[in-house]
Amino acid sequence: MKKLAKQVIFYSALVGLWALLAKLHIWPPYLFPPPWGVGRALWDGFADHSFWIGIAVTMKRMLIGYSLSIVLGMILGLAISSNKFLEETLGGLLVSLQSLPSICWIPLAVLWFGLTEKAILFVVLMGSLLSVTIAMEDGRKQMPKIYGMAGRNLGASGFRLFWSVLLPASLPFIVNGMKQGWAFAWRSLIQAEMIFLSLGLGQLLMMGRDLSDMNQVMAVMILIIILGFAVDGLIFRTMERRLQEKYGLST
Amino acid sequence: MSTHPQNAFSPAVPLVPRSGVRTNVFQGKPVSPVVTFPVRPSAEVVVPKVALDSISLSYKTTSGERLLALDNVSLEVMPGEFLCIVGPSGCGKSTLLHLIAGLHPQTSGKVFVDGAPVNGPGTDRILIFQELGLFPWLTVGGNVEFGMKMKNIGKAEREEKVQYYLRLVHLSKFKNSYIHQLSGGMRQRVALARALAAEPDVLLMDEPFAALDAQTRDLLHDELERIWAETGRTIIFVTHNVREAVRLGDRVALLTFRPGQVKQEFSVDLPRPRHMEQPDVARTAGNILDCLRAEINKSLEAEYADEKAR
Repeated sequence: MKKLAKQVIFYSALVGLWALLAKLHIWPPYLFPPPWGVGRALWDGFADHSFWIGIAVTMKRMLIGYSLSIVLGMILGLAISSNKFLEETLGGLLVSLQSLPSICWIPLAVLWFGLTEKAILFVVLMGSLLSVTIAMEDGRKQMPKIYGMAGRNLGASGFRLFWSVLLPASLPFIVNGMKQGWAFAWRSLIQAEMIFLSLGLGQLLMMGRDLSDMNQVMAVMILIIILGFAVDGLIFRTMERRLQEKYGLST
Repeated sequence: MSTHPQNAFSPAVPLVPRSGVRTNVFQGKPVSPVVTFPVRPSAEVVVPKVALDSISLSYKTTSGERLLALDNVSLEVMPGEFLCIVGPSGCGKSTLLHLIAGLHPQTSGKVFVDGAPVNGPGTDRILIFQELGLFPWLTVGGNVEFGMKMKNIGKAEREEKVQYYLRLVHLSKFKNSYIHQLSGGMRQRVALARALAAEPDVLLMDEPFAALDAQTRDLLHDELERIWAETGRTIIFVTHNVREAVRLGDRVALLTFRPGQVKQEFSVDLPRPRHMEQPDVARTAGNILDCLRAEINKSLEAEYADEKAR
């Protein structure tokens, strides 16, 4: 409760400062949009449904691209972690590929898939696939060996050992990878939408730019922050904290 | 074959016949108040429950040299016997349990259970690890039923057995708790219940009480002794605490420092129930300790030598 009060005070002060600076007219409003202008843009955007559509389109792409990367990433991570040859070859390649911002794939994606939904999904996939794969691989490696031994000792083997012991034992690491994957996918998607101009939040932001409407630009920025935080901060962080508590990993 | 010390029991501990006892105990019927002493078959007929036949184990260290961890270890454990293995740290006593559990292959020699060679893990031998290895993602009940689930035992029967074994270790109330909510001694008992619920013939225990405070440990000694008497399992118990070994074991085997070899075996013919503080327990432990001291010195010397070499 106390923490919430502090946060309320902080954010009110922040908006207050912003309003004050805007009131002083140091910069013209088209360079420094006032909070009421941004509020107005938010209101209008939701009123004419353009923001609702943008959110729906972006979230749909996110869900498809992200789910795909989770499934593929887990399979890839498992394959790499259970095969020495793959680990030494493909594993190294994936780590080096992670230094490439996924937006760099756009020229190739457009060439391969055209200006379609598939191209966007490809960029999202490349954004999060690697971190999910690497986290899965790490999870298998860092998971305490004792669980596997205890499982075998109690009669588990083959698929059941994997399903009832190895998988749950590496869950904290997997969730960590999923969280990272989400963050990467989110960034890649917004970036791709900004270049692509095909609905979605990224396009709304670029539309604001083209119309020199900084109110709209900031309104969309705020939306992107809120949506990203809602998923990352509320869903993933809660999941992670609960798991760490349960697995005795937190101090 | 050494004298079999099963009859070293004091009648104060309620006993049930060793053979076929598992089904009896498990029907949930009260244990027969009539004390029946296990009939000891003549030594010639008995097949050892576990027999180690010249077991050796060597492995490559990170620096590339081969290290002999176990050297020609031969041991026999009778059905229903409580054998304790003591030795200095680094004598390979934990490794020996892993070999019996089939979690690790030996370099040479064979492990026999009921006369048949062991290759790989099997639920007739359950190991309680030093670090326990309880599954944090399962409740206490989930942990206890895990072995039965792997054996595809039906839900109703699993429920019933979970109840039974949790009652046996006095944890009925904690069936739905998670492991992180339990104290060290309680976790220890969950591990015991989980192992027992798999209904192994042989229970392998690797320094299970080393990390506990003295009171909790004494309590668990009493419980383990009671459960052993009630269920008739064969127990191989590894410890570095000689007094604990004498407190619990029918027999104590002493391993030498690297490479581990059986230096000597001691029969403990003290009446049960025993206590750690009992003078005759202390005296017997003293005798064994004299024998062990030389090995401990060797292990310390080796450690210091490692230190100097660095």
